[in-house]
Amino acid sequence: MPVIKFFRQRPQLTLLLLAVLLAVLPFLVGAGLGKSWIRVLDFALLYVLLALGLNIVVGYAGLLDLGYIAFYALGAYLYAWLASPHFGLHLPFWAVLPIGALLAGLFGVLLGAPTLRLRGDYLAIVTLGFGEIIRIFMNNLNAPVNITNGPQGMNLIDPIAFGDFTFKGTHHFFGIAFSSAHLYYYLFLGFVLLAMLIALRLQDSRIGRAWAAIREDEVAAAAMGINTRNVKLLAFAMGATFGGLAGGLFAAFQGFISPESFGLMESIMILCMIVLGGMGNIPGVILGAVLLTVLPEALRYLGDAQRALLGHVALDPADLRMLLFGVALILMMLFRPEGLLPSRRRQRELHPEDGPGEQASLYDSRG
Amino acid sequence: MDIFVQQLINGLVLGSIYALVALGYTMVYGILELINFAHGEVTMFGAMVALAVIGVVLGVAPDLPGLLVVLAGVLVAIPVCMLLGFSIERLAYRPLRNAPRLAPLITAIGLSIVLQNVAMLIWGRQYIAFPPLLPKGQYEVLGAHVSNLQIFIVVLSILVMLGLWFMVQKTRLGRAMRATAQSRAVAQLMGVNVNSVIAATFVIGSALAAVAGVMVSAYYGLAHYYMGFLLGLKAFSAAVLGGIGNIAGAMLGGLLLGVIEALGAGYIGDLTGGFLGSHYQDVFAFFVLILVLVFRPSGLLGERVATRA
Repeated sequence: MPVIKFFRQRPQLTLLLLAVLLAVLPFLVGAGLGKSWIRVLDFALLYVLLALGLNIVVGYAGLLDLGYIAFYALGAYLYAWLASPHFGLHLPFWAVLPIGALLAGLFGVLLGAPTLRLRGDYLAIVTLGFGEIIRIFMNNLNAPVNITNGPQGMNLIDPIAFGDFTFKGTHHFFGIAFSSAHLYYYLFLGFVLLAMLIALRLQDSRIGRAWAAIREDEVAAAAMGINTRNVKLLAFAMGATFGGLAGGLFAAFQGFISPESFGLMESIMILCMIVLGGMGNIPGVILGAVLLTVLPEALRYLGDAQRALLGHVALDPADLRMLLFGVALILMMLFRPEGLLPSRRRQRELHPEDGPGEQASLYDSRG
Repeated sequence: MDIFVQQLINGLVLGSIYALVALGYTMVYGILELINFAHGEVTMFGAMVALAVIGVVLGVAPDLPGLLVVLAGVLVAIPVCMLLGFSIERLAYRPLRNAPRLAPLITAIGLSIVLQNVAMLIWGRQYIAFPPLLPKGQYEVLGAHVSNLQIFIVVLSILVMLGLWFMVQKTRLGRAMRATAQSRAVAQLMGVNVNSVIAATFVIGSALAAVAGVMVSAYYGLAHYYMGFLLGLKAFSAAVLGGIGNIAGAMLGGLLLGVIEALGAGYIGDLTGGFLGSHYQDVFAFFVLILVLVFRPSGLLGERVATRA
């Protein structure tokens, strides 16, 4: 397409335009679609962060993790424990977020160490079980000692604050009003860019190549001298760290957390984002995360449309949402398993019968 | 001591239901090396369809004996689930038989979500009560209570399992299944129609799931569109505990898991000084699963040790 070619040839201009667009996006969205959509945008960024983390585990290393949300939950609960009236602790976020990320990483190692030598699908089930265990504990650890406040969840969690400047309420800079949602947008954007940078740099690093080798053929990778267990463990722990960080941000942003936010369906949602967008490919993962956060919100209008057309809501869009996700997952796997925006390497893995692709790669090894 | 015997009996009843569902996982895994994630949902459909039929029958002929009404429900639920199992294999798994391992696992998850939500659209979000149709009656055994229903569940599942055992060991189809499980390619060379054997495996597993679904909803007196998820997970854990791919292992694993769960739930309060209570019942299956995978990944009766990802 000529448009794409135009931008491909002018990388600096493209980057500049993208940066400007990202900077003004919340204002555009706020003006165009309403204030509530800025929060949707914030959530989209959080999910991008989560998806980037899970992508390291699933996309790079090829380990199917179905309990990823547990690490998110750990990060969120740790933030709530250390920065809310629940225990009377109010540590600053720059202390709490790293602790949450580390704790999640530690749990990643604890869970991964015994299970990573198993076959891939066993790992999927064990992580799924782990996710459920964490949720059950969060749900029930309110008696006799109230640790998690049970199903009611914990509220009044401190917002992000730099000294006296808190992210709660509206602030004015240069005569422009920045609401809390705006401020979190920029914060999350910063974290997403950082995560992207890390993920991009990892991809072609020694470790990244080791992950790709393990994903494609573990026995061959081991024969090449890769310590497969440690390298897999590293992927698992790194993904968990991202999850823990995102969890802390979520707790601060939302101000309230409960076990309900950390169910299996959330894990599957994040997996869907990666699968839909294109496993292992960062632009694909981001596209998937944004699409799957924005689409359900857009589906709400389906209810209004039904009311206008039929006079009543025949199918609740919220009910329809999961159904559509399920169908999308199946169809994607059947017809386009590499996702919407696949990485070239992944495409070759999934379509070995396309001989010419294999040939071309000899001359185009950078992909 | 009373509590011990009581929980042991409860565990055996629950365990025989798990065993029936676990058989479905293990048979499919034995042949395809695929975790049929949607199997729990097939169980749920069994319960839901049976309850719907029971509701209709009660509406038409309220004077029929309860046992007959339940039987009618089961007899409709079994073919519906068989059809469901058949179409699952045909639509979602067969096209992906030579794809990378991750692909069928993800379609399986997708299917499970679809089935859950279809059930929710048909039957709604609320719990559906199982009408009190089965003859009541309680007996005292060693100071513990045993109900008619419990005896019925255990006896029926033992009969079903014996039937399955006979089928797998003695019939042509069973031999074809065992051959396919050992090596698909060689079985094909020996003239086994591998595709129909695989389809048959799904159909048989689904029929067992239908029976288990009705049992579990009768036992708890409830059915719900989400009930298949946890049941499926526990049954899978049971299959792994016994050694996945091994039919006797699934039966043993199911019974053991039921007993572990019941005893665990009964004693966890005392063991932890009241810190953890019986609402942690659902955690045991996962702990068992993780422990088994760590210390004996091939399960109690399994022989093959899985190493390759």
